[in-house]
Amino acid sequence: MADELYKALADPTRRTILDELTEQSGQTLFEICSRLAMKHRLDISRQGVSQHLAVLEAAGLVETRREGRYKFHDLNTAPLRQITERWLGTDPSGPDKENP
Amino acid sequence: MRIRLTSVFVDDQAEALRFCTEVLGFVKKHDVPVGEKDRWLTVISPEDPDGTELLLEPAGHPAVKPYRDALAADGIPLAQFAVDDVTAEYERLRGLGVRFVQEPVEMGPVTTAVLDDTCGNLIQIATQAG
Repeated sequence: MADELYKALADPTRRTILDELTEQSGQTLFEICSRLAMKHRLDISRQGVSQHLAVLEAAGLVETRREGRYKFHDLNTAPLRQITERWLGTDPSGPDKENP
Repeated sequence: MRIRLTSVFVDDQAEALRFCTEVLGFVKKHDVPVGEKDRWLTVISPEDPDGTELLLEPAGHPAVKPYRDALAADGIPLAQFAVDDVTAEYERLRGLGVRFVQEPVEMGPVTTAVLDDTCGNLIQIATQAG
């Protein structure tokens, strides 16, 4: 899973998709494509976005959910904890809270 | 050449007419029986009574369901209507129980939202900035 996580984060378009899902979780493919094209002026096909989403899904950063006829993409930031736990320690209170 | 008419497939013409008139606020223009149960049924915007008519076309052809299901799964709207203020329209329609699959989002020069018309289609509403 770790390799998939770092691979997923290595691409700027995938990081932009995560930015947009942070702003609003639960987006259709159409909404994600629209945001990339209209807000970020990224020239990328729907198939290309689908492939990026598949990589994010393999890393556990994006989860899909069907509601009736629709399919939504949700953000899951849980896998990112591996990064802080590996290099910044596992203290759940974090370094900042020691010195408010 | 002019665009006089555009169309969306609808599961149920009577329900589509109700949604278009009572919820969206369009007005019926033509309603002519065709065959045993189908109607030539069009609506227009009261803001543009001589403008483009929207034909509410029966979705009986077997190709319609797979076509619309595939587009719906990806959240792709089948028509776009212009509104003065997407956010105000979103609030108004939500108050009437309309389901949105995309809340209003500012996307560069345009703000859009996407709603379920209850007759098998996603409809995008949009406001151009400026």
